Amino acid sequence: MNKLELVSALKNATGISKNDAAKVVQIFFDSMTDALAANERVEIRGLCSFYVKEYKSYTGRNPKTGEPVVIRPKKLPFFKCGKELKERVDTK
Amino acid sequence: MALTKSDIVEKVYDLGFSKKEAVDIVEELIETIKKSLEEGDDVLISGFGKFCVKAKKPRRGRNPATGEDLMLRKRQVVTFKCSGKLRDQINKD
Repeated sequence: MNKLELVSALKNATGISKNDAAKVVQIFFDSMTDALAANERVEIRGLCSFYVKEYKSYTGRNPKTGEPVVIRPKKLPFFKCGKELKERVDTK
Repeated sequence: MALTKSDIVEKVYDLGFSKKEAVDIVEELIETIKKSLEEGDDVLISGFGKFCVKAKKPRRGRNPATGEDLMLRKRQVVTFKCSGKLRDQINKD
């Protein structure tokens, strides 16, 4: 399912207009992006949580050529699946 | 302060919905995402990332507290792959 299909599904489930559904989906993911960009945690009960993890610089290797490359320090969002989602997705 | 559901509800309320409608809409959005993943269908949000369902094979594990050997059954988990855009946003400083 992509963003457009999510908008359609939300429109059908709630009866709001497609335009409003698109706005809501945008708000949802923009809010999370903004929070993470500000180094804030995100906690959506039952779905997931995110926090920004900092990685130090290290020397990696180009897997194709074997050449060493210096990987600069970086930040990545760390995803943790919520309890309810985890239980629903898992095979019983 | 962490971003929570109520912060998002507040922003949806600002679109002109009632408090209750805003809560219901956000709940419905979250439920739609969960339902898709539950059915094994990945959720791809361009500019944010991809929520994937991954099948894990059964494997031998160990209880780290007692050192006891145990078998971990086959299971399904959700993983997240961050989009390049989100990554740039987080690393923009």
